[in-house]
Amino acid sequence: MASLIGYYSLIIGLFCSLLTIFYSIKNFNDNNVIKKEVLLFTFLQFFFVIISFLGLIVSFIISDFSNETVFNHSHTTKPLFYKISGTWGNHEGSLLLWLLVLTLFIFLFLLKSNNQPKKYRILTLAFQQIIITGFFIFLIKTSSPFNYIFPIPSEGLGLNPILQDPALAIHPPILYLGYVGSSIIFSSALAATASGYISKDWAKHIKGWVLISWFFLTLGILLGSIWAYYELGWGGFWFWDPVENVSLMPWLALTTLLHCILALEKRSILTSWAIILSIATFTLSMCGTFLVRSGILNSVHTFANDPERGLFILIFLFSLIFLSLFIFFYFHKNENKNFKFFLLSKETSILVNNWFMMYFLSVILVGTIYPIFLEVISSKKISVGPPFYTKLIIPFLIPFLFAMAIGPKLKWIKSDVQNKINLIIFLVISFLISFLILKNLNDNFLLNSILLTSAFYLFFITTKDFMIKKVQNFSQNLAHFGFSLLILSILLNNIFSTEVITNLKIGETFKSKNLSINFQSMDQKDEQNFKSLIGKFKINSSKDETIILKPELRIYNQPNIITSEADIKISLLKDRFITMNSVKNQNYFNIRYQVKPFMIWIWISVLLISFGGIISFFKKIYEN
Amino acid sequence: MYGRKVKLRFFFILSAFLILVLSIALILKSLEENVVYFQSPSEIKELLEVKKKKIRVGGMVKNDSISIKSEELEFIITDFKSEINVVYSGAIPNLFEEGKGVVAEGFLKDKNFFIATKILAKHDENYMPPEVKEALKEK
Repeated sequence: MASLIGYYSLIIGLFCSLLTIFYSIKNFNDNNVIKKEVLLFTFLQFFFVIISFLGLIVSFIISDFSNETVFNHSHTTKPLFYKISGTWGNHEGSLLLWLLVLTLFIFLFLLKSNNQPKKYRILTLAFQQIIITGFFIFLIKTSSPFNYIFPIPSEGLGLNPILQDPALAIHPPILYLGYVGSSIIFSSALAATASGYISKDWAKHIKGWVLISWFFLTLGILLGSIWAYYELGWGGFWFWDPVENVSLMPWLALTTLLHCILALEKRSILTSWAIILSIATFTLSMCGTFLVRSGILNSVHTFANDPERGLFILIFLFSLIFLSLFIFFYFHKNENKNFKFFLLSKETSILVNNWFMMYFLSVILVGTIYPIFLEVISSKKISVGPPFYTKLIIPFLIPFLFAMAIGPKLKWIKSDVQNKINLIIFLVISFLISFLILKNLNDNFLLNSILLTSAFYLFFITTKDFMIKKVQNFSQNLAHFGFSLLILSILLNNIFSTEVITNLKIGETFKSKNLSINFQSMDQKDEQNFKSLIGKFKINSSKDETIILKPELRIYNQPNIITSEADIKISLLKDRFITMNSVKNQNYFNIRYQVKPFMIWIWISVLLISFGGIISFFKKIYEN
Repeated sequence: MYGRKVKLRFFFILSAFLILVLSIALILKSLEENVVYFQSPSEIKELLEVKKKKIRVGGMVKNDSISIKSEELEFIITDFKSEINVVYSGAIPNLFEEGKGVVAEGFLKDKNFFIATKILAKHDENYMPPEVKEALKEK
């Protein structure tokens, strides 16, 4: 029943979006107000998508196995929380969530843009409706979440256990708010270009949307990363996996746009840049969806390999790119040619930021796309691993960090660096600290110490700004401070992480020079939908106190999968991390013990960065 | 001859172009160095020489081939046509099992011995790396 309501709501929603397009075209040259019909149908569309989404959630909660999506991804013994999060833990449901956020955002946009020119509003609506219609058709035609199966199975297949996790339950909605938020920026940039509204006013208006999507995107990536850290058991936070890369690329584009919009808002320069970046951000988000959903990239995100779906998104993506390029080249006229750029000015530093960001973006783009490209043309299978990215990104991080330390201090138009002595003193201090920290390190001393120096430099400068300029530009200071903390923690974490991997039987002890791991015992526990084996490990290291860690192996009933749950002892200075894996029919357990310094600061710093965004957002609302 | 402005603009475009070319060259060069190729056991048997480059080998873990000691793990990867012995010490993913698909990354010692530095995790029991699927299909 719920499925049926959900399905028909979708169809009605599609009609609403067609009607909205129809009325907006009719309304385009009329008077200066937006017709009631347009607003009404936009609201109805949003309403019906909500109904449809609720329909799916209800089907999941009551375990209605006549629904194919529920059958494939749910099970009666699954806890209620994961029944609900299972709604978007699959291809069909997650697309419905996309659609929900798309319609929510355009509705909010219409409500919140009353003071903007009418033409611009109606065009934004039209472009957004084109995207929405595309997704409606995609959902109904290739991946309906409401397919019926008969005879009705008595039990479902269950949700992949590694998705049964609190962080991952909220990861998709948060990430989608960021992804889909960029669709508004895309539509609005096209509308502003077509109606000749690219100006300071537009920048002011769209900045809020940029900030909010950026906030959610940052948070979404953070959640995915934390999840990968403790659930996948590798003990890292970023693996340069294509699936991670496709979320980082829109983030880089959006971050660049965020800085570029500032220049546009204050000085009405870099207009073309802003448009291109707005287009790029959404295109990259769509690209990510395409790569992840089409089954080209294999990961936990690939729910089913269906070429038809991939083809649809690909065609849709290319039509959108074509449309936006056409609008850009046809309507956009570059004005303000006579602006002078001085070498030392905020404009230049923003441009420098943009160039670096674009470089990082292209490195990741090549690393992600090239293997796919090569396989298509030569059927050779390759993979591009972390060394590629570290080699290309790390060296450029050094000038980037220095530029980031100096850049925000410069003024608009023309400026001079003040307090030169201060800056130099900080540089010397940073270098000395890095030297002291690293002096016992043998390999890669030079690169590491320069890197660490630049990171410390940025850290000190932002800390100082943070302390002195307390109120003025608080959000920017906070975000930059967070970023410096992030780079610093990543570097120290990378340099000083240690790990031991060994195979142990129950009762055995691993011993090395300053560490002993004693596998004391193994307990069994029965939970609602899994059986849990809990190992008890006593870890002694020469410097620290003795700690007990209890990693877990979970044997899920449906689907029958074993997952391992890491046990992590978190402290401000370091995480101690242990995972245990079994090998079937063997007495040995594979033990991985890691010491990861400053791990928690990586998460905290990303939180600080995203808070910078949200504070700026609220400040903007407050000012209006 | 030309105004200062024209010169500046020319200089700007030239430097932007140079930077672009340089960064593309840099990206392509390190791509070439850091790419890891995938090969099946049969393809390895047909190799003319054993290179010192990192590769990936994929196939099925042969039944009754896993033997585990405290420091290392030995097993055989097969594509039902050829086999290769693998020695590995490191973290073992949960879904590593006899009779299931596996991808190992590492270095060839010779055509029969592979020293793995990483065994790739899979995310669910039905999932098979596309490379493995293809390697098995070709048999």
